[in-house]
Parts: sequence; structure tokens; C-alpha cells
Amino acid sequence: MAQLKDVQLKISAVKKTKQITKAMNMVAASKLRGAQTNMEGFRPYAAKFAEVLGSLAEKAGDEASPLLTPREEIKTVNIVLCTSDRGLCGGFNTNLINKAKNFAKEQEAKGVEITFTNFGKKGRDWARKQGYKIESEHLGIVGSRFGFNIASISGGALIEGFLNESYDEVYVIFSEFISVARQYPVLKKILPIPPIEKEETEDEKIEYVAEHISEPSPEEVLGQMLPRNIYVQLYSALLETSTSEHAARMSAMDNATKACNDMLVNLTLLYNKARQAAITADLMDIVGGAEALKG
Amino acid sequence: MAGNFTLEVVTPEKVVTREEVQIVMAPGTLGEFGVLIGHTPFLTTLKLGTIRYTDSKGEEKTIFISGGFAEALPDKVTILANSAERRRDIDLERARTALERAQKRLGSESAQDIDFTRARAAMERALYRLRLAESRRKQ
Repeated sequence: MAQLKDVQLKISAVKKTKQITKAMNMVAASKLRGAQTNMEGFRPYAAKFAEVLGSLAEKAGDEASPLLTPREEIKTVNIVLCTSDRGLCGGFNTNLINKAKNFAKEQEAKGVEITFTNFGKKGRDWARKQGYKIESEHLGIVGSRFGFNIASISGGALIEGFLNESYDEVYVIFSEFISVARQYPVLKKILPIPPIEKEETEDEKIEYVAEHISEPSPEEVLGQMLPRNIYVQLYSALLETSTSEHAARMSAMDNATKACNDMLVNLTLLYNKARQAAITADLMDIVGGAEALKG
Repeated sequence: MAGNFTLEVVTPEKVVTREEVQIVMAPGTLGEFGVLIGHTPFLTTLKLGTIRYTDSKGEEKTIFISGGFAEALPDKVTILANSAERRRDIDLERARTALERAQKRLGSESAQDIDFTRARAAMERALYRLRLAESRRKQ
């Protein structure tokens, strides 16, 4: 009889867990929509920015800004690691952290010192545990609503650190949002700024670009645009990571809900079997007793 | 020849406007400039100020921007603004608190150089917003 009660308790526990995972799934879904809207709102700006920057970079030389010049000797590398603050989102953070781990090992093998700039608690906790030096940490940003100023403030700090030679290269690790079902950890170099590739556009456009008058000089405009380019990249990395986090949590919670359903089916089967067994045992007792009375 | 061309104002947050206009006046860092249809390809940095333009119906409109970049092509003007808002969207409350905060920061003696420039820029932005919003009331 005790077994019957146990199964019953287990069933109600799984039901409660299912309620929670289902609710989290729905919350993540609605946050995902918000994050996706933010991301789409940013795209026109980013696209236009890249286009203008590309056409400028062609005209101004590489010497226009110290942000473009690679250092001869790389002593320290700063990794900007974007993860989420909270867990329960499947392999999302683990994937990002693994990427960081591999990259850090690779660099350390070359004798390069690694420092971290952390967005998100999970990555921060990991970096701290490994004993890496953390330049700065920003919690409560990924996964929530944030403005461009977050990117410009922390981007400004990165540029400053690069210019005063606290580090010689800066990489960002973030999660690229491909679809709701797929997010990939991506490693991208942001400082020194890699040679800007000019995007292929229609022939007509290129003709215009060639004739651009710029005021002040192309070098000066470029000098102003380059730092902003860092902010733009950082902002887009943060937006992508946020969207990915919600997507990852949504599918993780969806899987959890499905697993709950499977467990419920099995447990109900077990419960019915146990109940049937108990009834059979009772009947056997009664029949046995009646037989005994007959003498 | 008066003709219409496209004006596009985009910020990192959203596309503020995309519409047909007759003329655009914008605050360049080297001086204010106006654009009509068929402008030579032109690229410039923008400072804090207002973009004034006349839409295809002849209605005058203004948008506040806090710096950015502008690209003019014969049939299109694109403004990449750090932030942009229409006059009616200016948040008075926020501008006032920003102004107070900036003034307080400027008043404190311990202010470091970098904070100083930042605070001053913030104060300018707030003042400009307030002034613009005030002029809206009078109209």
C-alpha cells in the first residue's frame, strides 16, 4: 500500500514542476519577442553604419587611427565574455564558456596573458573561479532591456584600456542568434579593428561613394566613426546574446515540459498497476477468507 | 526645381522617420547645411541640434538629435543619430533631472577631467531639450 502513496506523491510533484517549466517557457517566449524587436530595430542603423564606414575606410588610409594598428607584440588579451545572469537555459552558458576556455588556453599556450570583461553572472563566476583577472563586470544587462549607452560606456572603457596598453587585443565572445532553435557561440576580434571589408553593393552605389565629399576630412570623420563602430559591435553582440538567452531558455523549458509529460505517463501507468495489484491482493484475501469459512 | 527625396533618420534603437521631403536642414559640425534633391554625395559629422525639414505636403517638422553622422545622396539623406526624438516626444522630466545631475557633478570640485567633459555634454543635451520643449509650449 505504501508504494501506491509514493507514486501518488511523485505524480503531484512532477505536475508542479511541469507547471513551473511551462510558465517559464511562456515568459521566455514573450521576452524573446521583445528582444527580437530590439534587435530588428537596431539592424537598419548597423547596416547603414557599416556601409558608410566601409566607403570611408577605402579612402582614408590605415594610419587614420591608432585603433586600426595591430601591435607587434601581443602581451595581454582582453576577452569580453557575454553570458546570461541566470541558468535554466540548457547548454547556452556552457557553450559560451567552453568557447572562452578553449580560446584562453590557445592564447596562454603562446604566453599571452588573459583578462576578462564580463557581461552576465555565469561567465563572471566562471572567470573568477578560474582565477582570471576581471577588468570589469556588468550584471543585470543581458536578458533585460538596455540602451545603447551601456555599449558606449563599456566600449569607451575598452578603447581606453587598449590605448593605454592595458591590453593589446580585444575579442568578444557572444551568442549569435540564428533562429529560435539555433544559437552559436561566436568569437570576434574588435580591437585593433580588423581591416574593414567593403560590402558588395550595386554598381550604381559604388559610383556615388567614389564621389563623396566629406566634411571634415575623411580621416577625421573616420576617426570619429571608429570608436562608435566598437560600440555598435558591442551593442549588437549584447542584443544577440540576450535574444539567444531567451530562445535557449524557451527551448530548454519546452523540453523540460515534454520530459514531465513523459514522466507523468509512465508514473500513471505505474500507479494504475500498483492499484490493480492491491485490489487483486485484497480480492485474494477475501476469497481466501470465504473459502476458509466454508470449512 | 522642387522635388521630393527620401529622408531617413535612424538611431540604434529604432528608425525614427523615413519619409518623402522637400528640404532638410541639419546641424553639421562645421556649420549648418541644407539639402535639396540632387545634392552631391556628401558625408559629414553632426553636432547637437535640430534637423528641420519640410515634408512632401509642405508641413515643417523638427527632430532633435544629439550628434551623429549624415550622408546625403542625390535622392536620399540618411542621418545616423546617436539619439533622436521629435519635439513632442521629449521627456521633460528626464531632461530636468539630467540637467540637475549634470550641474551637481560640475559643481563638485573632485570632478575628474573625463567626468567633466561627459557632464558638460550631458548638460548641453538637457538644456537643448528643455529649450526646444519650451518653444513647443509657446506655439
